[in-house]
Amino acid sequence: MIALSPTDLALAASLVALDAGLSVALRLQLHRQLIWSATRMVVQLVAVGFLLRFIFALNSPWATLTIVLLMTAIAAREVAARPAHKFKGFAQLAISGTAVALATFVTAGLALSTAIRPHPWFDPRYAISLAGIILGSVLNAGSITLDGVLGGVWRERGAIEARLALGVEFKIATRPLLRESVRRGLLPIINQMSAAGLITLPGIMTGQILAGMDPVEAVKYQILLMFLLAGASGVAALTIAELTLRGLSDDRQRLRLDRLS
Amino acid sequence: MDRGRAVFGVRIADGRRSRSRRLFADGRARLTALSDASAPPAARSGLRVASLRSALAGPFDLSLGCGEVLAISGASGAGKSLFLRMLADLDPNQGEVFLGGIPRSSMAPNAWRRKAPYVAAESGWWAQSVPEHFAPEERRPALALAERLGVGVAQFDGPVDRLSTGERQRLALVRALILSSPVLLLDEPTGPLDPVSVREVEALILERVSEGMIVMLASHDPAQGPRLGARRLRMVDRRLQPEAPA
Repeated sequence: MIALSPTDLALAASLVALDAGLSVALRLQLHRQLIWSATRMVVQLVAVGFLLRFIFALNSPWATLTIVLLMTAIAAREVAARPAHKFKGFAQLAISGTAVALATFVTAGLALSTAIRPHPWFDPRYAISLAGIILGSVLNAGSITLDGVLGGVWRERGAIEARLALGVEFKIATRPLLRESVRRGLLPIINQMSAAGLITLPGIMTGQILAGMDPVEAVKYQILLMFLLAGASGVAALTIAELTLRGLSDDRQRLRLDRLS
Repeated sequence: MDRGRAVFGVRIADGRRSRSRRLFADGRARLTALSDASAPPAARSGLRVASLRSALAGPFDLSLGCGEVLAISGASGAGKSLFLRMLADLDPNQGEVFLGGIPRSSMAPNAWRRKAPYVAAESGWWAQSVPEHFAPEERRPALALAERLGVGVAQFDGPVDRLSTGERQRLALVRALILSSPVLLLDEPTGPLDPVSVREVEALILERVSEGMIVMLASHDPAQGPRLGARRLRMVDRRLQPEAPA
């Protein structure tokens, strides 16, 4: 593996400086944002690097679990924060937390107990990396689905209530909305899978190839991960859509938009 | 009936629906046997609203016999739609509604709404074309009803967004009439219609009423109640009161 020196990074940083120079020259008003986000990125990643080094050295199941839970909580908060319409109170966070945790723990657990099987099973090098990758996909699928249901239910409340008013069950009256939201939530992972290798070289695979792994071995890892991401996206999208619609109804199958703020 | 059970969804809801169907059938049988009992006819076979209320409106108490029409007038925002939506159980409410002596709370919500469908002032549509809004076996009778209301086969077979507001309103009424329900809740059913269509709609409603249907309608047209031979009440500040004498 080729280690990077500070000089190498400084050289690459000159590209950001070039972008900033362009922004000033063309009056794009972007240089401030550009420098700020580049600085943030460096600080965040260096901090995470040291944190991971520390956690890897601890090699404790509790430390690993704490980090994974923390990452899950942050992802859940991001999913809950996206939509323009939100539930009053903590329902939104409860829904996104349940869906994100379920999708992540089920798929990461499956991989760690079958395909990857590190020793010890909680080896943070595998568990945390895996959870991180899965959470990225879950965040995408979950937030798009949640936004789809909460936005769609406002747009289509007339149609949904018209069916309810004619004696159609809530589940059936909201099925088109559920289908459409889950479908939209799954588009990113479908795009990612169909583009993999042709349009993009997926990050994990590139990383492992750069780290010296045989390309075919790296590809096998990437395929496994894509399947995990597809599974996690599906679980997250469906759980979010189901729980959200359940939260929008009550024991008399009414459409309870009054529960949204 | 409690929140916890409803969460398990469709299976329990189905079970409840079939149970309430049995209840209703049993109730009907019993009611026929008791048909000469001394109870007031409205309570026996009609609709009784008992202390129906919510944080926003009511309480409402009234009884309607089979084949009776109630016309509710009142300013916009007085609570006419709210009252009809509470009857349909579309808005949260307390109290009870009895139909033929059977309490609404003993029926699954969708079974109740099939018996007392509500047609909103602004019609909602869930598919692109009109026929998709009817089950295949309903399409022929639905078209017959639509034609009686002056909506032709060209509009009936076309896309919803090609319809005028008035055509939509009449087709939304057809969607409810096709259920042949004992009760019908109508919110401004003829608001956007021309005078000819208004008469056609009223004739069709009166035909159903003569067969025993109970109709409650909110209307801005003061002449509509008398034309339908309706009992008339006025909604003021979310309470029902007798219509002031003209």
